[in-house]
Amino acid sequence: MRVYARILAAGFRTQSRYLPAAFAGLLANATFGLLKSGILLTLVGDGAAIGGYTAGTMAAYVWLSQGLLGSVNIWSLPLSAQRIKSGDIAVDFLRPADVQLASIADDVGRGLFALIPRGLPSVGVGVLLVGMAMPSEALPYVLGAVSLVLGITLSHTLTYLLGTAGFWLVEVRGLQGLYMGVAGLLTGLITPVWLFPDWLRMIAVATPFPAVMMYPIDVLSGRTTGLDALALIGAQAGWLALALAAGAVTTRLGRRKLEVQGG
Amino acid sequence: MTRTETARPAAAGSVEVRDLTREFRVRNGLTVRRLTAVDHMTWSIAPGEAVGYIGANGAGKSTTIKMLAGILVPSTGEVTTCGLRPVKDRRRLARRIGVVFGQRSQLWWDLPVRESFGILAAIHSLSRGQERARTDELVETLDMGDYLGTPVRQLSLGQRMRAEVAAALLHRPELLILDEPTIGLDVLSKQRLREFLVRERAEHGTTLLLTTHDMGDVERLCDRVLVVDHGRLAYDGTLDGLGRTVGAERVLIVDLAEPHGDLEVPGARHLRSEGGGLRQQLAFDPAATTAARVLAAVSERVEVLDLTIAEPDVEDVVRRIYERAATSTS
Repeated sequence: MRVYARILAAGFRTQSRYLPAAFAGLLANATFGLLKSGILLTLVGDGAAIGGYTAGTMAAYVWLSQGLLGSVNIWSLPLSAQRIKSGDIAVDFLRPADVQLASIADDVGRGLFALIPRGLPSVGVGVLLVGMAMPSEALPYVLGAVSLVLGITLSHTLTYLLGTAGFWLVEVRGLQGLYMGVAGLLTGLITPVWLFPDWLRMIAVATPFPAVMMYPIDVLSGRTTGLDALALIGAQAGWLALALAAGAVTTRLGRRKLEVQGG
Repeated sequence: MTRTETARPAAAGSVEVRDLTREFRVRNGLTVRRLTAVDHMTWSIAPGEAVGYIGANGAGKSTTIKMLAGILVPSTGEVTTCGLRPVKDRRRLARRIGVVFGQRSQLWWDLPVRESFGILAAIHSLSRGQERARTDELVETLDMGDYLGTPVRQLSLGQRMRAEVAAALLHRPELLILDEPTIGLDVLSKQRLREFLVRERAEHGTTLLLTTHDMGDVERLCDRVLVVDHGRLAYDGTLDGLGRTVGAERVLIVDLAEPHGDLEVPGARHLRSEGGGLRQQLAFDPAATTAARVLAAVSERVEVLDLTIAEPDVEDVVRRIYERAATSTS
């Protein structure tokens, strides 16, 4: 594990070298956050709650989801996919380490760093400007941290899995477009999964996507507490285990298929 | 573990390739063509040898290396590297070999060079003590002290290549595979890298397999040469022998006390004169005569102040091998 912890730390430090980009990202996230909260808070209205959301919890949803955008990966291909395409993945296979775990550790390290310049300020904006409701006791934050790390890790595991399609397809951008559409909706990025019509909500919870973003937000904002929160965390862990197992299989098969690109 | 440890001395750094073949499917529009990059090759490298693996672009060098390292699966045939099956035992093999692909970096681009060594040490499970000792040794011998704190992306090519070689040697591999390590380097950087490799091998007995287009690399570093042509082994032997096989000439260069007209010496052929005849070049076939005999013949005619003997240009030699193969098959 020391290996992957070290690679994670390297990812964290690598991301710290891109602070100007992080602040640009924050600005974009905050702008869309204001739009999103404008629309969703109008829906919620003054007293009447929709899908159990009040103005305060809806604001929490908006600013947590925007703040997570630098840390979870919903719509871009991971570095590993670029390395498969360029053939640099060969170098990764020359190391006595698990290629999947090393790639994900690097991505998660970068994602965790992004919480500092993008996640915290976004929450700050929510608290200061729109008065988002956050829990006052400690437990939701502890469970929330666990759920957050699981969500971030799951997002990078899923995009890693997506990227391994590159072992078979030279160009995975078509697949990526499809993934973006589905994941963007079902993670609950655009609107909370709990506001979906029944049929769509059923589809969503049958996929790993809500475990990427919706569940951590629910746990962290204290919307889901106690055993229910533990159940969500359990579901996240289950999806993560499944995604890692699938990624291990595609990595092994892909390696057999590997024809290092670019000589 | 006990079994591999007892087997280790015999196989340390060795490579064995038997009937190795790798085909690629090349898609060109609708048609799919089969390309045989490596074609039934058989050869082996003993522990501690230094072997130059040379051939034209697309001759199959990199493909072979990728199969030796376990990152490309052979179509047919067998590879054994350090006594292991590369694809099956990838991770165990990775602890025992070091590989540098000149065109691909194994360093962390945005982080200081020092960080990459730390991460790789963790990947190779070196203890803190081992890590420090080995890093210090490599930093000193490769003269990297000045830029250890510099992010990799800001290094010059020469600096980066030294760091790449150090990264590949951090875990003291038994076998070092260098794929075009001096590509793009200036003369001085090349020289330093070669000197380092000679010292490193002398100290640790590392087996070396080197692909290169730079024949200076082969001349300075390798005892043995394998020449590949269209995926097949065209020559296996010493560098001198390679010159002899294709009848390459050696060149005697003499500096004369006084200018002289073009020298005519039995057994040698006048190539060119410089400085109005003060320096002259004479080519001779080492199989037919010796440098001493040519020099004696020259000395009978003129006073020689200084002399150099130029070995055959290996690129020329490889070209001759290809030409010979082409005429014998057509």
